[in-house]
Amino acid sequence: MMNIRTLGILLRKEILLMKRNPFIPRIIIAMPLLVMLVLPLVVNLDVKNVGIAIVDNDRTELSRRIASDMSASEALSVKAIGFSYEDALSLVENGKADAIVVIPADYSKKLSIGGEVPRLEVDANGVNATKGMIGANYAAQSAIATLKKWMGEQAGVEIDAYGGSVVNLFNPTLDFRNYMIPALMVVLIIIICGFLPALNLVSEKETGTIEAMNVSPVGKFTFVLSKLIPYWIVGILVITVGMLIGWLVYGLVPAGNIVSIYLAAILFSLVMSGLGVAIANSSSTILQSIFVMFAFIMVFQLMGGLFTPVSSMPEWAQMVTYAIPPRYFIEIMRSVYLKGATVQDLWVQYLALSAFAIFLCGVAAKTYRKRS
Amino acid sequence: MNNAIDIRGITKKYGSLTALDNVTFSVPEGMMLGLIGPDGAGKTTLYRILTTLLSPDAGTATVAGLDTVKDYKGIRAEIGYMPERFSLYQDLTVNENLHFFASLFGVKVEDNYDLIAPIFHQLSKFPNRRAGALSGGMKQKLALGCALIHRPKVLLLDEPTTGVDAVSRSEFWDMLATLKEKGITILVSTSYMDEAQRCERIALIDKGRILDVNTPEKLVEGLGEHIYNVSAEKMYPLLEALRSLPEVKNCYTFGATLHIATESGFHPADAIRRLSDMGLTDVKIYPANGDIEDLFIKLAGNGE
Repeated sequence: MMNIRTLGILLRKEILLMKRNPFIPRIIIAMPLLVMLVLPLVVNLDVKNVGIAIVDNDRTELSRRIASDMSASEALSVKAIGFSYEDALSLVENGKADAIVVIPADYSKKLSIGGEVPRLEVDANGVNATKGMIGANYAAQSAIATLKKWMGEQAGVEIDAYGGSVVNLFNPTLDFRNYMIPALMVVLIIIICGFLPALNLVSEKETGTIEAMNVSPVGKFTFVLSKLIPYWIVGILVITVGMLIGWLVYGLVPAGNIVSIYLAAILFSLVMSGLGVAIANSSSTILQSIFVMFAFIMVFQLMGGLFTPVSSMPEWAQMVTYAIPPRYFIEIMRSVYLKGATVQDLWVQYLALSAFAIFLCGVAAKTYRKRS
Repeated sequence: MNNAIDIRGITKKYGSLTALDNVTFSVPEGMMLGLIGPDGAGKTTLYRILTTLLSPDAGTATVAGLDTVKDYKGIRAEIGYMPERFSLYQDLTVNENLHFFASLFGVKVEDNYDLIAPIFHQLSKFPNRRAGALSGGMKQKLALGCALIHRPKVLLLDEPTTGVDAVSRSEFWDMLATLKEKGITILVSTSYMDEAQRCERIALIDKGRILDVNTPEKLVEGLGEHIYNVSAEKMYPLLEALRSLPEVKNCYTFGATLHIATESGFHPADAIRRLSDMGLTDVKIYPANGDIEDLFIKLAGNGE
């Protein structure tokens, strides 16, 4: 059934054909470059230069300090300091400001007295929801920092004056790139290791070379393996190029061990190439296989937790994501990159990926028919 | 003599279409048998069954003494198959293709080179050219070389000369004759009737049924009909006029003239007079030697 010598011959042929193809070696280099260099610039959910309109009803030293700290912040730009909410609102309406900070009257007086804590009001523009919400969050953090410092200076006053604060663990600057780059490597493997084996096998059907293979004494497991193995190698190459770009261009190095990333990448390339070969087995034309593959890739990208965090999906959709392999790979990549997690920490995800890999490669071998 | 290929009652249906209908014939060892029939006759389906790619609905077949269903793995080492479509890797060079197929079968090119040397002597001038860049005739030679490199007992060729120029076609048949001399059994299909004459024996196939199996000479002898060449100034009215004559059993175009198959009571002089009465000018009728094509039309016509 399995024959190492034959497998070696087939692999040599696959690699020779891959090298000779004018398209594949280029796509292995060009695609990571494109995805990793261009996408983070375009799909940047980072918020910078949030326009803030301050309504200062307090007019004390403290309120002026809150305002000046905000304008000193990199992320915020104070557009106006006024005394009327209507003026501030009109700035938001004509797009000059994204959030309004209202410092209530007698704010600093009430704060010094103690008792019921007065509240700063932060209103965000819901039209550009991302910028408004994240901007409001930044403004609140800036105000908290100012208050803490101010209270520290006023000896004897407790610091927990403003209930709770937002602190971003693991991605302290809340840099969207740090969140996206590990996930983009997942996208690369989904596309390259999913499409290429499918296209390879179906093109053998279209050119008729599969006829010659099918009448040869090559076993079907050997043949299917010869279609899968090259794409583990491609998967490793792609993830290496991706990590290099992450490091050289964005200065992002994994907090955890590189070996755990490679292990996950190999498992996931197997999942995708197994799926690709399984789809190719049931397709008779390249066009057909591309369409079917595309349907899977759409679901993988939208439901794998790539752009939309799994935790913010409706409950039924969260259940569905357990059946979507990239979900586990994305979790591994982000955890290893940002939190420095280890294989032991993520054994559930590794186990799930291994199960998918075995299942899909099994399906690929099972559905490949030399005879009909 | 043993039969290298033995086909017994093979039937294959695709839905409501019967591709092969109770096909039975055999090819003795060392013989070159031509499978002759029009497109869609079921030739390729038969090849797919013999090469173990397809299972028949009914009947059995053995190739080199091995059953195509039970011993399908064993058969693959014994046959050389050349599908109708070029099935080599176009991005590999001539030499790479040859070595690839040799190593798949666990043989060395050098060991069996004597067998393919006559085929390869032209190709060996450009061993590093990619298969996709070869001419049609050269591609066929390379494919034949790759099908032979493991020294198969039985060579199965499905329309090997389709789309190849006349000179290359003739060369190709010369090569097949050489291979036959070396004791390889050959089953070759074609839809070119002129090629059929070069086979030792012919199986005529149409609409999934074997019409007859015999030597080309015997088949033509057995035509049992009187074939005449007919021509006139205006050919199309001639065709219609001939078909209206009661003694003419069949009338069809044959090259630049028409062939008619007639009853024994047919008198050419009488026919010319009647055709002239119908307004046809310059009518000529003279006896013709029937060949495989005439036979084929007769047999296919009887089936309807």
